[in-house]
Amino acid sequence: MTTQTAEPVATRVAVPATSKAASDRIRSWGVMAARILLCGVFGLPLVFMMVSSFKPDQQIFGDLGSVNAFLPVGDISLDNYLGVFDRVPFAQFILNSVMVSVLTVILGILVNSMAAFALSRIEFRGQKVILSVILATLIVPFETLALPLLWWCNQLPYFDGSIGWLDTYAVQIVPFVANAFSLYLFYQYFDSIPRELDEAARVDGAGWFRIYRSVIMPLSGPAIATVAILTFLPAWNSYLWPLMVVQTESLRPAMVGIDYFKQMATSWGQIMAYASMITIPVLAVFIAFQRSFINSIASSGVKG
Amino acid sequence: MTALDKPLRASARSARTSRRGTSVALAMLTPAALLMAVFLIVPIVLTFGLAFTNSRLISPVPAKFVLFDNFFRLFGSDTFWHSLLNTVIFAVIIVPLQSGVALGLALLVNGKFRGTNFFRTVYFLPVVTSMVVVSMLWMFLYQQDGLINVLLAKVGITGPDWLGDPRTALFAIIVMSTWQGVGFHMIVWLSGLQTIPAELYEAAAIDGANKWQQFANVTWPGLRSTRTLILITITISAFALFTQVNIMTQGGPLDATSTIVFQAVRTGFQQQQTGYASAISLVFFVLVLLVNLVQRYLTRDKEVSR
Repeated sequence: MTTQTAEPVATRVAVPATSKAASDRIRSWGVMAARILLCGVFGLPLVFMMVSSFKPDQQIFGDLGSVNAFLPVGDISLDNYLGVFDRVPFAQFILNSVMVSVLTVILGILVNSMAAFALSRIEFRGQKVILSVILATLIVPFETLALPLLWWCNQLPYFDGSIGWLDTYAVQIVPFVANAFSLYLFYQYFDSIPRELDEAARVDGAGWFRIYRSVIMPLSGPAIATVAILTFLPAWNSYLWPLMVVQTESLRPAMVGIDYFKQMATSWGQIMAYASMITIPVLAVFIAFQRSFINSIASSGVKG
Repeated sequence: MTALDKPLRASARSARTSRRGTSVALAMLTPAALLMAVFLIVPIVLTFGLAFTNSRLISPVPAKFVLFDNFFRLFGSDTFWHSLLNTVIFAVIIVPLQSGVALGLALLVNGKFRGTNFFRTVYFLPVVTSMVVVSMLWMFLYQQDGLINVLLAKVGITGPDWLGDPRTALFAIIVMSTWQGVGFHMIVWLSGLQTIPAELYEAAAIDGANKWQQFANVTWPGLRSTRTLILITITISAFALFTQVNIMTQGGPLDATSTIVFQAVRTGFQQQQTGYASAISLVFFVLVLLVNLVQRYLTRDKEVSR
């Protein structure tokens, strides 16, 4: 008898427990399935691009209907890559892109961190005004200024109607060195470094510049990494500005180069090869430094 | 003020360092200040000035003031109104779409489970890929006989010529832009989610709140400042739509994808009419400013009513 009365109680407790566990398991399987499906949505187009870069056009179209579209099978070769180098000075384009983006990053780190240091550490008249003017400019998107800036850079530096400053490396770099957002990121980070550190250095007789160089900057690795990443990506990917200011092929960056390339090439395989070559280095750097990248983006979200 | 206050409060020695400090500060500030003045402040002022002239990019003839001629021409142009409308439609659709999808992704990969990093990384890959490359790739996917239509044909749907049909072209660009940008905002949402204390969820669970109630009462209110930030950044970048349009459709078919920035570039760069392009830029500038003010006002209002 006792067992008979006990049993329903036990099942009554057990049944909801197991069904809850089961529904939890179903839910977590469902969530995992969604995650994997989304991997396909975001990853497969890029896989398709890279795989297609090894195939002749006929096969790219032939494979579309099957899973082969995402697999490096069939008539695989480097012909498309050779074709790219054959048709355009691709190495020069890449070199230009590297020059422009690396110089923008290095100069940007120097210029913005120095200004941020002055604003965060040294007391002087008008400090608050300068900072708020800089922050106010954050809401102005570059695109609103692009056309007046184009006219302006064409007047620089002679103002005599001659084609001045367009079509140089400098015009691709210098306007983007000072950056309100980078400056602000440095400012925020410097503010979190205890002031006792620079006071100690001052007692030892260090000047402000010395403190900046030997105390603050060595402690600011994460801020430097963040600014480097957030400056490099737009510089490497920059399109609108170089499209307007660069006419000479030997100064053209890779992103504008692909646009011209597309207009002269009818082969999709070659376009995919070009696209892969300018994408894979960035993707590789991203995957290698993935944590810094993600943290940089996250910290750019702190500004609100 | 501070430079004068200091000697009163502190010793003569620190007064000396402070005065020296000011000159060092100015020296360190000068490169950034100079560059910003020349490449940010001057162009802002120029936008206002040039919009009222007939300046051309390269011209032997000096420019003249033409008062509001550029604006009369602008407001009388169908292409301008189409471009403005397209830009607004793009923004109105992509702001909720992209921020919503990004929030969904963030919730899906929030917390610790097998492969957290892997999934986040994959969703983020399109963000690191340049919009130029993405546009090239999707042009192929969107072709009449491209990947998307081949896949649709498998389930018996005849896909349109996505970019060639005025009814679908802008929509196609919206979908692609969301695909490219959504990983970025997923990360911003994630960093917002991580600021919500776990105790709040535990407390809600003890009170018997289900997943949806937890989201509505803990997550959503906890994301207030993240929400504002995401709204503002997506809106401003949506108004700046250019690259996709220039590469994929050139504003066509029949102006169906033309945007404000695309028109500014077409007139100011290709046709070299700097004055007219500056007028477009000025309208764009005012638009961004208005949106910003409205969003600031709305979010401030919520803060008060809380």
